[in-house]
Amino acid sequence: MQFGVFSVSDITTDPTTGRTPGEAERIQAIVAIAKKAEEVGLDVFALGEHHNPPFFSSSPTTTLAYIAAQTSRLQLSTATTLITTNDPVKIAEDYAMLQHLAGGRVDLMMGRGNTGPVYPWFGQDIRNGIPLAVENYALLRRLWDTEVVDWSGQYRTPLQGFTSTPRPLDGVAPFVWHGSIRSPQIAEQAAYYGDGFFSNHIFWPAEHTKRMVEFYRRRYEHHGHGSPDQAIVGLGGQVFMRRNSQDAIAEFRPYFDNAPVYGHGPSLEDFSRETPLTVGSPQQVIERTLGFREYVGDYQRQLFLVDHAGLPLKTVLEQLDILGEEVVPVLRREFAALKPAHVPDAPTHASRVAARQASPEEVPA
Amino acid sequence: MTTRALAVVSGGLSTPSSTRLLADRLTAATVAALRERGDDATVEVVELRTHARDLADDLVTGFANEPLRAAIDTVTGADGLIAVTPVFSASYSGLFKTFFDVLDKDSLTGTPVLLGATAGTARHSLVIEHAMRPLFAYLRAIPAPTGVFAASEDWAGASGVDAELARRIDRAAGELADLIAGRPSTKRPVDPFADVPSFEELLRGA
Repeated sequence: MQFGVFSVSDITTDPTTGRTPGEAERIQAIVAIAKKAEEVGLDVFALGEHHNPPFFSSSPTTTLAYIAAQTSRLQLSTATTLITTNDPVKIAEDYAMLQHLAGGRVDLMMGRGNTGPVYPWFGQDIRNGIPLAVENYALLRRLWDTEVVDWSGQYRTPLQGFTSTPRPLDGVAPFVWHGSIRSPQIAEQAAYYGDGFFSNHIFWPAEHTKRMVEFYRRRYEHHGHGSPDQAIVGLGGQVFMRRNSQDAIAEFRPYFDNAPVYGHGPSLEDFSRETPLTVGSPQQVIERTLGFREYVGDYQRQLFLVDHAGLPLKTVLEQLDILGEEVVPVLRREFAALKPAHVPDAPTHASRVAARQASPEEVPA
Repeated sequence: MTTRALAVVSGGLSTPSSTRLLADRLTAATVAALRERGDDATVEVVELRTHARDLADDLVTGFANEPLRAAIDTVTGADGLIAVTPVFSASYSGLFKTFFDVLDKDSLTGTPVLLGATAGTARHSLVIEHAMRPLFAYLRAIPAPTGVFAASEDWAGASGVDAELARRIDRAAGELADLIAGRPSTKRPVDPFADVPSFEELLRGA
């Protein structure tokens, strides 16, 4: 099982000091967080994509390539790549390029983006979100899996004799996860291609995640990729830890109360009960996270959100230390002991190249 | 004999509240009218006051917490709805509107509804027509033709309820009972996974 962190790249005022980091500072902080993730033994760093303040990450492949150059083991991913407003040709090119530079340590998580005004800036309309995700991703797959592409669709200029370069590393495209909070159509899409499904799992109750994942697993089997428990599932999660759980709650509360997404709403206690948010001791985080498996089954990737809402870099790095030293080693051991042998690990470039060599006629999704 | 599930949404804030009082009258009259038509009824009342913070949280987080989820399920799973609001600043109260704002927009489609409103003055008496009916039309619910508005003076009759108000309550309850009794009892659990198009359909642009 893979463990990591994901960031939405928000630039948020620290509510305890009133200080807002500049873009330059926050961008360097993200690099420091990613490098720290590798240093403490985490597996994955995933970065969001946004085209509006207060976020900086409009150009994730630039950032991820820079991180790739300074790490050696860390898997680089996105959270999420906008499949609706990006040109699929550009996604195919950019991420194949990143895949080469990073030696295959790249996968992507597709998302639609839920900020209405962003769509028209890129010539699109949020009301077409699902059809855009379907058509653009179908084209992206063609571009990666087929050398010369003739294509026409509804949302983009047709292509005649087009070859996306560079070709995917070793002829194997990056693995793709599809992320969605509320749309079963996206779980259906992930199942159809035999891709991974990533449930945000942060903003909504666990019951909702449970039903989405069940649906995805059922459809994964329907589309002939394996048994439901062999489908590739990732979950988000949100934690804040101190040795003493009361200290964690006291320190995190002002960040929670003023957080851009759910701040000024429910209490920290209510939100912790209703959603997977866990604020407490490392042991509490371990127990809660192991509990996720009880409603989604054995899963392949757990990403934590640790750097949002104005938390200072120093605090975020401390959180990564706790994750790396106290939490993830226990989770690795416990999850591994519970996982049956026929349940696959998260796909990596190496495992996908090996799978392709084993059955060359079957292009891995 | 069919048993019909009646849900009652009361937007009153004080205790006792004239809004709840009207809701109770409408409920009792509807239960009696259903019985005349050979149907039994169960009644569940959702007092929006107890969900004021839950509703504000839902606006911020985008999901209903457990107590609010239960209230929403009660209302959206009912065979008939009695919805009563106090008039605030010439319309339904913000709390009343918020409850219907957080419902899935299809979740009341085809549900018979009896509309009621209370106010301190009879000058608000058209609020049901100019504010409530458009809301329930948007939700594609089926409001009974008679809505019941009660101002302070309507509670002042000799028997506690003005005879004219009592007649309106009975007429409205009869209309709601007709709408409910004429329909199959269809509990419609809202299942977002029930009719997801297959990917082949999605690819065809379904």
